This record gives sequence, structure tokens and C-alpha cells, in this order.
Amino acid sequence: MKQWRFEVFNRAGFSDVHGNGVLEDIRELGITTIEAVQSAKVFLIEADFDQAFAHRLAKELLSDPVCEEYYIGRSAAPAGLARATLIEVHLKSGVTDPVAESVTAAISDMGVAGAHVRTARKYVLLGEIRPAQIETIAKRVLANDCIEDVVVGDEAEPPSPHLKPYELRITHWPIRDLDDGGLEALSKQRDLFLNLTEMKAIQAYFRRLEREPTDVELESLAQTWSEHCVHKTLRSAVEMTIDGQAKRFDNLLKETVFKATKDLDKDWCISVFADNAGVVEFDEESAVCFKVETHNHPSALDPYGGAATGIGGVIRDPMGTGMGARPIANTDIFCFGEPDKSLDQIPKGVLHPRRIMKGVVAGVRDYGNRMGIPTVNGAIYFDDRYLGNPLVYCGNIGLMDKDKAFKHPQSGNLIVVVGGRTGRDGIHGATFSSGQMTHEHETVFSHAVQIGNAITEKKMLDVLVQANEAGLYEAITDCGAGGLSSAVGEMGAELGAEVDLDTVPLKYTGLSYTEIWISEAQERMVLAVKPENREAILRIFESENVEATVIGRFTNDRKLRLRYHGQQVAELDMDFLHNGVPKYSRQAIWTTPALSEPVTADKDHYNDELLGILSSYNVASKEWVIRQYDHEVQGGSVVKPLVGVVNDGPGDAAVIQPKLTSSRGLAISCGMNPLYGDIDPYWMALAGIDEAVRNLICVGGRFDRIALLDNFCWGNCTNPRTLGTLVRAAQACYDGAMAYGAPFISGKDSLNNEFACEDGTTICIPATLLISAMSIVDDVEKCVTMDAKKPGNLLFVVGRTSNELGGSHCYKLRSQLGANVPRLDLELAPQIARKIAQAIADGLVASCHDCSEGGLAVALAEMAFAGGLGIEADLHGLPTSKDCTRLDGQLFSESNSRYVIEVEPRHYDAFARLMLNLPFGQIGKVTAGSRLVIRSREGRNVVDAEIDILKQAWQKTLDW
Amino acid sequence: MAEVRALVLRAAGVNCDMETQHALELAGAEADRIHVNRLIEDKSLLDRYHILVFPGGFSYGDDVAAGRILANQIVHHLADPIQRFIDDGKLVLGICNGFQVLVKMGVLPGNGAFKQEQVTITYNDSGKFEDRWVHLLPQTDRCVFIEPQRQIYLPVAHGEGKVVTADAATLERLKSEGYVAYKYVGPDGEEGPYPINPNGSVESIAGLTDSTGRVLGLMPHPERFVRRTQHPHWTRLGEDLDPDGIKIFRNAVRYAQENLLQSCSA
Repeated sequence: MKQWRFEVFNRAGFSDVHGNGVLEDIRELGITTIEAVQSAKVFLIEADFDQAFAHRLAKELLSDPVCEEYYIGRSAAPAGLARATLIEVHLKSGVTDPVAESVTAAISDMGVAGAHVRTARKYVLLGEIRPAQIETIAKRVLANDCIEDVVVGDEAEPPSPHLKPYELRITHWPIRDLDDGGLEALSKQRDLFLNLTEMKAIQAYFRRLEREPTDVELESLAQTWSEHCVHKTLRSAVEMTIDGQAKRFDNLLKETVFKATKDLDKDWCISVFADNAGVVEFDEESAVCFKVETHNHPSALDPYGGAATGIGGVIRDPMGTGMGARPIANTDIFCFGEPDKSLDQIPKGVLHPRRIMKGVVAGVRDYGNRMGIPTVNGAIYFDDRYLGNPLVYCGNIGLMDKDKAFKHPQSGNLIVVVGGRTGRDGIHGATFSSGQMTHEHETVFSHAVQIGNAITEKKMLDVLVQANEAGLYEAITDCGAGGLSSAVGEMGAELGAEVDLDTVPLKYTGLSYTEIWISEAQERMVLAVKPENREAILRIFESENVEATVIGRFTNDRKLRLRYHGQQVAELDMDFLHNGVPKYSRQAIWTTPALSEPVTADKDHYNDELLGILSSYNVASKEWVIRQYDHEVQGGSVVKPLVGVVNDGPGDAAVIQPKLTSSRGLAISCGMNPLYGDIDPYWMALAGIDEAVRNLICVGGRFDRIALLDNFCWGNCTNPRTLGTLVRAAQACYDGAMAYGAPFISGKDSLNNEFACEDGTTICIPATLLISAMSIVDDVEKCVTMDAKKPGNLLFVVGRTSNELGGSHCYKLRSQLGANVPRLDLELAPQIARKIAQAIADGLVASCHDCSEGGLAVALAEMAFAGGLGIEADLHGLPTSKDCTRLDGQLFSESNSRYVIEVEPRHYDAFARLMLNLPFGQIGKVTAGSRLVIRSREGRNVVDAEIDILKQAWQKTLDW
Repeated sequence: MAEVRALVLRAAGVNCDMETQHALELAGAEADRIHVNRLIEDKSLLDRYHILVFPGGFSYGDDVAAGRILANQIVHHLADPIQRFIDDGKLVLGICNGFQVLVKMGVLPGNGAFKQEQVTITYNDSGKFEDRWVHLLPQTDRCVFIEPQRQIYLPVAHGEGKVVTADAATLERLKSEGYVAYKYVGPDGEEGPYPINPNGSVESIAGLTDSTGRVLGLMPHPERFVRRTQHPHWTRLGEDLDPDGIKIFRNAVRYAQENLLQSCSA
């Protein structure tokens, strides 16, 4: 068959948006000699058609008739201009190419079936450039080594994509006679990430069986036992020493986070810590489920692909919860290094934080938007300790029928895999993410990056909803980390399963049986189907061009059997697979650090501090990110992430109306503050919980229906001091959940978030606990936003401001840490939240804003500029603790449980009556002016600034 | 009274079909979401409907270009029935990706008056997807979906929404002959730069109609403003706030009630 090459360029006169974007990125690298960049799409098509059809294809399908022109064959560099360098970027063989799949189908619509299509991008760089710079540009801007090949010049073709067929060779990895060194060497050579105790348990198992394991048996065990899948650390016994006092946990998680849920025993919790996501009641008929995952290591290597598959993966969690939920909202929280670094400040093997951020945002954007799921809530934190190890948290909420919250796979059910095909992508993802990152990871673990295709997942979702309604399956779960191995292994844990690996549909030939079994290729789900529903379910998937394939069946002997063309390649006991992982006892130490509080004298005014905090990366507007996400698709949007008179103020929490015909809503928020963890992770965790709760309360979420999720991202917890900080945070989770009566319903941890630099030093992330939260809104019409509403309205602060600048943004601005981290009054905090929820339900509140990063001054500034109104405030009315005498404390302290509330004068009495016995005070009013004025207790203007200036400072930092 | 029936066309990657169905139902129509494969299998399905809606989304992932692959599929399998649908006096609405599909099929502004090489929709000048609210001012009085002169407020959410023409003469004809359905304007009704014009469309074009006025394509999403609480700052506005998006659907349903209820076979 002939291979046709098509190149599609922008027509002169139409701007080359991609080329211009690349040029901008090249200039950001400090390369100024490139004058222009032209981009082109390249299609390599093998098929039987003639020249006339080729022109038709180019004209009707591949190029735009108005703004593009095509070239059949290889175009030369443009003549008569500055020196031109041609660079082509091709996908590595085996990497999913969704555009190629669409083009193949479209060519078939045009009457030519069976075309083989590949796509590439071509760049023409105009201007003088050195070879080393070409390499930098290719590596830093144009391509990602993990998934793409770069071809420079105009002669070389990319390597052939045709792979050799696989010939079965059953491989054994002898283990029975190995000594300790041999066991450790085997684990290391095969990237199993199993420690010696685990290898010994496996050795003992196979000694009992009197045979050697096959490769796929060891790989299955390594995956099922990986930190990523079983959370060995959080479930292990811990001997904790807190400032010299001993405390023992038999199972850390069960005695902290889970225990709160158990002790609270809420009747609206339907399925918690049991399934892929935690399920709670929404209304009489429906339930909602929520899951948050991290995808840190893949996003460090391939920010775009890593983040895209992060969101793609977590969407499949609700889809695979119970009998399957319909996703209704995404959340995303990222942690990056500060993006203004020069390239020589970046360790080897690490991408620039700006590139990581742009790639991660684009990845979440493209996947989430294509799935048609609104991304409604998120946050971004910057700290240079995330440089080598960015954190990418992605969450998803799903809606389901209340009576479909549980699955019931049975012996004799067929195992059906649906959705995408299996390829070599994502091999060892689960084990890789359980280890430490190094400067060599980029080359060693490129195969661990999965490649996503949102439309494959969307198509699959469309059909799953119908198959669920029709009752065509008994159980469903997602193929996430660990691939088929985890999905089938978990679903059949109590039954037993046999799988014919040769029946699994593949993206290309050449995969070994082991690769098929452990591949983490995306967009796949596994169903358990009664044999009598086989035809019906295959038909319904086929009707919308989604692949569904029977690959085996569930048995009743509690064994996992894998075959390839009839030959058995694995036989493991489900019991050993799921319960054989050795239990550990770990040491943990917490010593309260000896920190001191800086002493400073009061200044005349604090405009500079306020502007500095507003423009700091953590506080600054994230509008550049938020607008790239579709936050209104599905039509359920009520409180959007950006609010206020010109839709650009920072909303506290999102509210959606999941059912278009019901005014019941769902409020969604998060809380996190890694800076406090540098002082004490216990108070950090409580502050995170309090912040997440405050955000829900601020928009009108119910106080008595708050559900929490925990996501721990920590460093290497074999270090007792690191584990000690985690134990502190876990204890706080218990205390916070109990205080608020808000159970944890789901959680996840990602440990070993450290980066080993070439010079032997290690960068460890700060202890980072993300708290996600949701609550019910009885009637969305009663929701409240944070923007100041009307001149003449009164402003109150509810909650006490204490001398708690430790870990604050005010201190960060002065490069100080401090000692007085914000604490949480476990009795007072819920009382305040409950009363404010009541005030909002009673319609007494015009606006409500949570006082958090940057303290009172920042909260007032945000309310003023979001509402386009002035505010006059007087610190005289601020309820403070006795020791909060300093002005910077009153303005910028980040004490918990504080709300700024705007009340119409006619509601003054009712509001004040409701707040009686709580620390609250009137601090000022909304004005028709354009200034924020804050007066000290002595009546001096300590902040006095135009709201436009404040807003500009807040907006310009991340206005990319 | 017989009901106005609307078909909301689904395909791989289409994702605004449910809220579009909801908007049609609120406006008084009976609406079904039908997969393009079903329509290709049984083209007579279309005969039962008065309104055909191409909803928003990312049909086939916007691969190659937004709307291109679905447009190609429809051109090769459904061109005749859809042309007949329009010729029968029925209504076609394309929202966002659906607008892109209609333009890439040649249905808009098309329908004999323009060639496909004359108008297209391409990447936003900003180079990225953006979700933001825009003001829209009607430019035509022949489009049955539109209340002439009345400025409305709706969200856009797209990365490829810039309408361009091959030449100035085409643009002039679009304007002078009433093909421009809506322009992006500021709150004061005047055209302006980004972000008033969110994507860099020539002459701030936000939507197009055809020569009959019974086909409308627009980048903004009317189905996302059918309820007061969808307005981006409804908490600042009164309870009498009347959602602008629903009116486009109501106008279509009313037109169908008055003109089409006898013309349907089922």
C-alpha cells in the first residue's frame, strides 16, 4: 500500500495560533533569535486510493477550506526567508493517537476502508539557531521524550510503527532458592518495588506450592501489594513517640480517619471506604459519591498526559462505584514550584514549574472539558519544595440511584472488558508511583505514563448509563492502577476468576501475556455479566461503537487463573493475593519544633503588605486557569468559581444543581495549607478541615450534612520523623471530623513524594493534606456569594482573631515562619458554623466570605473588589483574643473559624440575636465609594487603597 | 394539541445533549436524544420531528478541527434527509460544537447562497478554551429563533469559535444580507476587543443564520441560561430576572406550533 503524506499549513493572512504559542514559549526560554514559528499538521496515511481521492481527502477532511492549505508530500522549507529549521514531532510507536483513529473512521465514511493513519506535528523555526538550542527547544517546548520522537531536518522518517507479533514464551522467575540479597535484587531488577519482608512472604508461598512463580504471578502480587493499591503505611501498626511520650496504633487509618466515620455513624452515609468512591445520600431517590486521587509522578514526567489521565482515571472511580454513577463535577488542586525560576535553578531531570503548570492545566482542561463534566472547584499552591515533585489532585463527584450503591458479582458471571484497547502504556504505573522519583526517572519510567483519550471514555460512559438502566450487568469497576490485574482481582476476590488473556483486545500486536494483564491503558472498565445477558450487552455497546469483549468468567474456587491460548500462565490463591501482604510495625516520631515568634513594631500603614499578599502566587487570582475549564456544562451551575459584579471574584465554594428539575444543590469545597505543617501538621490538618467546612457554610451548605475526603501526600514514611508528621495529621482528622460531626467518606494517600537530585540531595515535599468536602444545599435559591452587595449594608466578623501569624502569608512575605500556628477551638468552631448556616437559611445574609489566607484584610479586599464597592472597616469592632494586640496580627492573622458577613440594616436585630454568645462584632459597612479603608482601634487609617489597585495586584500575577 | 417534537443529536463526544433536551422541554417541546448511528440506520426517524438540534460538546474529540469529523460523517450519510428537513420548513439549531458542525457541513451560512470555501470557524485568537459570559446583539430580523433588537447575555465555552471569511466580499454579504445572527458586544451594546469579543471573530460574529431564517448556529450556549440561578451573578439581581437562553427555545417551539404541527408524519 502506498504511504501518502499530507501537510496542512495555515493560509497566509490567518494567524497561526499554535505557531505563535510555540514562539512565545521559545522566548520564555531566553532564545531570542527565532523570529517566527510556522506550525503544520502532518498526516501519514497508508491506504489504497488515487491522486484525485488524495486531493479530495486533503480538501474536504484534513484541511480547512478557508484558513488552511495543504501540501501532498513533503514540503520544503519556505524560500527567501531567514534560515529555516524543520522539526517534526511524532508519537512513539504504540502511543495512542486519537486523531488518527478519527481520521481512519472519517476516511471510511468517505468510502475507503482500512486506512492506516498516523499524525505528527511539524514546526518551521525561522531564524538563526545553534544545534544545542534546537535540542533545548525540542525537549522543553515541542515534545515530550516519554511519548514522542523528534525528527530534525527534512530527510528522516520516524521509525516504522509495525510491530512483530508476540510468540508465547512462559517465563518463570525462580525465587525459592534465593537468599536475602537475591530476593532484593530480583525485586529491583524487575521494578517490583517489593521489600525484603514481602519478597520473603512470596518466597514462602511458592515454596509451599513447590514450584517457581511465573513472571505474571510476581507482577500481579507486586501490583496488588503496592503502596498505591493497598496503602501499607496507613494501615500498618505504628509505634508513635510524641515529644517523648509513646502511643501505639494497631492500624493507623482504622484508629483515626475511619474511626471518626464509625463513631459518627451517620445514617446518610451509604457506602464509605468500601468502594471506588464514598457514597452518601443526596435526596429521597439519589445518592452522590466523591473520590479524589493524585497523579503526581506521571504529571512530573509528562504534565499534559499525566494530568489528563489523572482526571480521566478519577472520573472512572464514580463510574465504577456501586453499579456506576454518572459524573457531575470535577475538582482539581495542584501544587507546583514557584513559576518564576530561571532554568539553572531547576534540578536535572525536572521540568520547569511553569511548563508543568501549563501542561497540567491543559491536560485537565482537555480531558475534563471533553468529558462534558464541569470542573467547579480547585486551588493551586506554590512552594519550591514541589519543584521535583508536583502534586496533581483530581476529584470527581457522581450521581446515582440510591438503590444501586452496591455491586453483586456472582460465580458464573462473565468478565467483560469495555472501552479502550489494551496497549503497552502505563506498565508499572502503580508500582512506579509508590517509589521515589530520581533524575533518571524520565528515561527509566517513560512506559509508566499512560495516554488518555477522553472521547473513548465519554463514549463508554454514554453506553454504561444505558446498560445500567437496562440492568445488563451485576458489577462494575474501573481499570485503574494495576489494570486488569487489580480490576479482575478485586471483583473476584471472594469468588475466583479465570481470564483468557489472548482475548483482550489490543491496540497493536506484540504484547506479552504479562503486559496485557498489568497494562494501565486508560478508558477501560470491567463488568460482571450474567451469561444470559451476554448478547444484549455486547449489542448495546456495539450500537455506539464501543468495544466490549468477554475475557473470562468468575468462578467459585477463590483462585485466580490466567491462560494464554489455552495454556495456563498463572494460578494464585485470591486469599494470598489480597491478604498475604505482611503487616508491618513502623516507628514514628514527633518532636514539637523549637520555633520563635518574630517581634515587630506596628507600622503606620499596611497597604504594601496587603498588596504583597494579594499578588503572592497562592492568593492571586486563578482566573487564567478557571476560565480554561468548562464549569457550566451539564447546566447545573449555581455558584460558579468566579463570582461578583463582573464575574471575577474568588468564590468560596461551588454549588451545583445535579438534577435539572430539582432545586436541591450540592456545595463543593476544599481546604489545604501546607505552610502550617512546617510548624505542626496537627494544626495544619485541622485548619484544612475548618477551611473546607467554612467554604461550604459560606455559600449556604447545610451544617449537618458535611462529608469529608482526605488525601495525604507525604514524603518517605520509612523515615520515622516523616511518618510522625503524618500520624499528627491523621489524629487531627479524627478530632476535626468528630468536632464537626462530618465523617470522612473516602480517602487516598500518595507517599514517597521525594525527588533524588543528581548531586545526591533529596527534595521532599512539605506534608500536604488536602481536605475535600461537600454538603447538601436544601434550596439553591438561598445560596450566598462572597461579593459585597449594597452600599449601606453592615459588615460583621464572626469568630475570634488571635495572635496566630505562624505560617501565614504575611510572614511568608517577610520570609518568616513564626511559631503561633492557627489553632482550632473544637467546641466553638462548629457552633459558629452552625449559626452562620442558620443565618443564611433564614435569609439574613447578603454576602459571606471565609477569612483564610491573608487574613481579615485580604478577605475585606476581595469582598470589596468582587462587588465593585467600597468598604470602611474599623478594627475596634473586631473580636480578638487578649494577646492579639499587634496590627499585623489583627489584619493578617489566619485564625480559623472566622467569617466576614454582610447584613442589610433591616436584618441587624435578627442576625445579632442569632450570633449572641458567639465572638462577633460589627466592623464596618459597605460604601458606594471605591476605596477599602481599614482603621486601627485608635482611629488611624492603616489600610487605605483604591479597590481597582488592589484588584489589579491580585489579578496580574497569574494573568498569563 | 399535538406536541412540537425536537431531536437532539448525539454522537461520540457530544456532551450538552441532556441540558439541551431539558431546555427544549422547559420551552414546551417533547425532546428525544438520538444517537447519530440510529439516524443513519433509519433516516425516516427524522420525519417525526420539527426541530433538529446539534448540541455542544467535542464531537469525535474535535480531532483534525472542531466539528469536522461529525460533519464529514453527516455529509456522507445524512446530507439528503437533513436538506429535506430544512426544505420542509423545519428548524435546525446548532449550539457551539453543533454550530461548528453546521458550518463545516456547509449548511451555514450555505444552503445554496454560500460555498463552503467562504466561511469557517477556527481557533480563538487567545489560543485556548475559555468559559465566560458575553453580551449578544441580534443583527437580523428573519431568524425565527431570535427576538430582533433585544440584547441578551449567555456563556461561551470553546477553544475554536472564531468565525472567519475567505474575503471581504463574503463578509460584506453576510452582513448586508442578514446572515449574521448575533454579534458579541459590551454591556453598552457596542462592539469591542477581547474579552468583549471572546475569540476574535471577524466583525464580532457570534452566530449565523441561513437564507430561510430557520437555521441558527451560535457559539454561546442558550441551554445554560434557562434558570435564574445560572446567571453568573444572580445573587446580586432581583427575583424577576428572566433567563435569556430559554427564549431562543421558546421562540422555536412557538414557531413550530404555529407553522409545523400539521406537517409531521407521526
